[in-house]
Formats: sequence, structure tokens, C-alpha cells
Amino acid sequence: MTSIDYQMLDNSRLRLVISGKLDAESTSRLWSQALEKVGQVEPQTLVVDATGVDYCDGAGMALLVRLQAAQQRSAGQIQIKGLRSEFKQLLRLFDPGNVPGLEPRANSFVRLVEGVGQTAVKLLKDFKAQVSFAGELFVKLLGTVTCPGTLRSNDTFLIAEKAGADAVGITALLGFLIGLILAFQSAIAMRKFGAEIFVADLVTISLFRELGPLLTAFVLASRSGSAFAAELGTMKVNEEIDALTTMGIDPVRFLAIPRVIAAVAVMPFLTMFNNLFGLIGCGLVMISVGFAPIAVVNQIQQAVGLGDLFGGLAKTLVFGMLIAGIGCLRGLQTGTGASAVGDSATRAVVSSIIAIVFADGVFAVLYYFLGI
Amino acid sequence: MQDSSEPIIRVEDLTVAYGDSVVLKDLNFQVESGEVFIILGGSGCGKSTLLKHMISLHCPVNGRILIDGADIVTAEGSELREILRKIGVMYQNGALFGSMNLLDNICLVLEEFTDLPRDAAETIALMKLNVVGLADSAYKMPSELSGGMKKRAAIARAMALDPKILFLDEPSAGLDPITSAQLDDLILELSRSLKITFVVVTHELPSIFTVADRVIMLDKNTKTIIATGKPDELRDKSDNPWVRQFFSRRAEADVRV
Repeated sequence: MTSIDYQMLDNSRLRLVISGKLDAESTSRLWSQALEKVGQVEPQTLVVDATGVDYCDGAGMALLVRLQAAQQRSAGQIQIKGLRSEFKQLLRLFDPGNVPGLEPRANSFVRLVEGVGQTAVKLLKDFKAQVSFAGELFVKLLGTVTCPGTLRSNDTFLIAEKAGADAVGITALLGFLIGLILAFQSAIAMRKFGAEIFVADLVTISLFRELGPLLTAFVLASRSGSAFAAELGTMKVNEEIDALTTMGIDPVRFLAIPRVIAAVAVMPFLTMFNNLFGLIGCGLVMISVGFAPIAVVNQIQQAVGLGDLFGGLAKTLVFGMLIAGIGCLRGLQTGTGASAVGDSATRAVVSSIIAIVFADGVFAVLYYFLGI
Repeated sequence: MQDSSEPIIRVEDLTVAYGDSVVLKDLNFQVESGEVFIILGGSGCGKSTLLKHMISLHCPVNGRILIDGADIVTAEGSELREILRKIGVMYQNGALFGSMNLLDNICLVLEEFTDLPRDAAETIALMKLNVVGLADSAYKMPSELSGGMKKRAAIARAMALDPKILFLDEPSAGLDPITSAQLDDLILELSRSLKITFVVVTHELPSIFTVADRVIMLDKNTKTIIATGKPDELRDKSDNPWVRQFFSRRAEADVRV
């Protein structure tokens, strides 16, 4: 059984008698007790009598080292007596001396201020990286437009297939359900005013102008934006991006441009699918509350013009560019380590959604002044 | 606890196979307490596979692996945990957890296996880092370290619970000769001062001659041990020409590879 005893030798000297087996189990019991006692008394000289210690492992050594550090900090002395020579040798091997880790850390207020500052600097740097990446992307897109031969068309088609054709099902389903739910919810309210036929107007206008482009953009951001970030992130971790650079191939032109072009190309089509299925959902509800199909079609035709449709589709081009651009940027910014790729994918989706909503607000103001 | 004259690891009739392909057949050997034991062989002969079986990551088709008297193949639950406490493993690339700094990498093991307060765990972690010469880097993330430092940090983590046996998988791979030699010195120092038994998988010749007490050599074709002994004896006196060539680093046409 391990035991510890304290004796005050005189006013400034404390004797600590440890005996028994000093392993992880007993040390965990004695640790705070011993340190508290020494902290309370703050002896000028601490005498540790280890004559009775018959076994001492890493944890036991740690206790002795910690007592030494505590004495050093309070400018006191420590004498370790009676420790067997084999343990003494180990103590010399292990003793880290006065390393920064054993010093008290900065207080929580200082750490908080430090944290806020570091986060602010990180955000500013991130913003700068986004701006410079946007500029680089724009210049290289212009280059591709003026010289289309430099575009890797096979890659672009493959990416467009993955991001576009493969997403038709989910986009259509989402559009159908939203059209259905929106029509159903508004029909209940409109019934009070006998204005149920205007449900078609409400659903069509909101789908064409806002919901269609936004929902499709969210689908693209979560399906493909995150995939771009993860793919490029994995390439970064595997040093494939470095390999491209050293081979003289520009990673932005090679990887980002095909993705941006593919995303921009598929977004209007996906949005149109989303709108079409939304209208079908809305029509189903209208028919089920007693309207003739032809009446619903007529109402929809009257409600919106080409301006609404193309106004909505024009936005999707910008959304596509934002999603692919941010996805690629986050992928290229990937750090090292197991969690880096996951972090990049998350950041890609979050940044894309914020950027999409922000851009949508800008479009709303712009269209208001343009009278669209 | 075993008698000190008993070997600390005893492998009996070990056969390892994946599906129909046999990788190792009827291996029998033992590792004495405190020695530096090296597992050698050409590429693809099953060295790492053997190591993975000895640390119970894989289960063999047949045979027993006794670690300090207890069979790691059949052990489960608390019995297995007790055996795992006695061993530490350094993986080829360090396998440090990238999201934690070095101190936390080591504290994690201590907090899982013991009731030590955080302060104590940190002190122990610092001490272990001090032994491998990395006390100054305790708060660094693994991504900030060089290859050699990662390996040393991995050794410090493997030593967290004062193991009796340390398994090292290719400690010198990808290191420059000086760093590699420093690692050899560390192995010798730990073996001498802490009486830790080392089981090392490597094919780095200079390192073998520096640290090895005993060597076994695996063969890809016969899938078993073709030589056992001290490295200089095997180089000079082995009956097998392939073994002699391996140790003198020559490639001659008459010997199969």
C-alpha cells in the first residue's frame, strides 16, 4: 500500500515521506494531495524521503518532477533522499527541466482577447484570398473564352454530367414537393377570400423569380460544391496539386475552370426542371381542389412573362459560378491532416450558401431598379 | 508476471493466410526480455504482416503468440487491454493524430488507461517527449514536424504507459542517415536504461548492425524463417547465399529473388 506523510521539520522545511509502490494508480490518488500540501506550506526546502519506494514508473517520476518544478517556481529548494539508484538514473533521463509547459498559462481573459484577434486576422486573410482567387479565376475564364482550345472539354463534359444530369432526379423531386406544399399551404389561406385561383400566380411567380434558382443552387452547392472541395482537397493532401504546378500546369486552369464552366452550364437547365416540376405539383393541388386543368394552365400563363423566367435563369449563371468557384477555392486551400478535407467540404457548402443568398439580395435590388 | 528467464514473446506454430494465399507458415521463435529483436526480409515477405499479428491487429489462421505469458490471439476484453498496456507501437508514418498537438497525443493514452489528473498526464507526456528530445515541441501540431521528429514523437507516445515491449515498423524508412542514426541511438539508450524490449521491422542495414541483438529473416518463397542469429554471424557464416548477399548488399545472378 502506498502512503504519504508530511512532517514540518522547522518553519521553512517540509518533509514528505513516500513509501510503497509509486505507479499510475497510486500516483493518481496522491497527486493533488501532495501538490496542494506543498502549495499551502510553500516550504523554503522540500525534503522528499523516498527510502520506502520499492517501485516507481513514469507516473511516479512525474510526481517527483512536478514537485521539483513547483519548488523551482516558488524559488525554493528540493532534496530527494533515499531514492534507489535505478530510479534516480531514470529521473535524470526523464527530467525535462524548466520547460514552458510546466509554467502557468496565460489567464483566460488574455486568451480570449488573443482568440478574437486571431479570428479577425484569419477572416481578413480569408477575404483577401477570396478576392484574389476571384480575380485570378476571372482572368483565366476570359483567357479560356478568347482561346477555347485551352479548355479541357472532356473533363468539362464529365463534370457537367455528374453535377447536372445526375442531379436532375433530386432537383425535380425537390421542385415537385415545394410546388405541392406551397400551393397546398396558400390554398388554405386563400380560400377565406375566395381567391384560390390566385394560388397559381403565387406559386409560379415565387418559383420562377426566387425559389427555383435558390433551391437549385442549394442542391448544387451541397452535392457538387462539397464534392469539388473534397476532390481538390484530397489532391492537395496527396501533393497532386504541387505535382501539377511543378509540371508547369496551372491548377486553376486545369481544375477550376472546367468545374466553373460545367456548373454555369448546367444551372439554368436544372432550374428549369425544378420550375417545371414545381408547376406540376402546384397544378395537382389546384386540380384536386376543383379547378379544370385548362384553367390552371391559363392562370399560370397570365401570371408570369418571359422577363420573370429569364430574370430567374440569369441569376443561376452567377450562382453556378459562385458555387464552383468557392468549392474549388476551398479545395485548393486545404491544409494537412485527416480532418482537413472534411473541413474544406464543410466550408465550401457554408460559404457557397452565404454567397448565394447575398447575391440573390443584390439581384433583387438590381431587378427592382431595372423594372424586371 | 513471468519469471525473468522466460522469453517475453513466444510465437508458436504461427500460420497466416489471406483467403487461399498463405503468407507465413509455421513460424516459431521467441524474443528475450530486454533485447533488440529485428525482423528482416525482402519486400513483400510478410514482415509487417507478422508485426500486425503480434500486436493483435490481425488474427492468424493457426498458432499462438504469447506476450509476457498471455496469448494475444485468444485474449479479449479486459485481458486484451491488460496485454495492450504492456506494448507500445510506432507505425511507419508515426500515425500521430493530426488534430491534436504532441502533448495531447500522449495525454490521450494516459487519460484512457489511468485516472491520473490532467496536470499529471501533462507532466508525464512532457517527460516522455524529453526522453526523445522533443520537450520544446510539446505544443506543436504533427503537421509542423519533420519526418524524423514525427517518428520520435510516435516513440514517445508508444512509451506513454511504460510498456515492456516497443514494436517499431520501419523506423528508418524515409529518413536521412544522420536522423536515422539518432533514432538508432535512441533505441539503444531506451533499451539500456529502461530495459525495454524492442521488436523492429526494418531492412536498413547500417541500423541493423548498430542496434540488433538478434535477427530473424523471413523468406518470401518458403514463407518461413530462413535464418536466425546475430547480424555479423549471418553475414559471414550463413549457409544460405541469399542471406549472405542480403547482409553484404550485393545482387548476384545465381541467387533467386
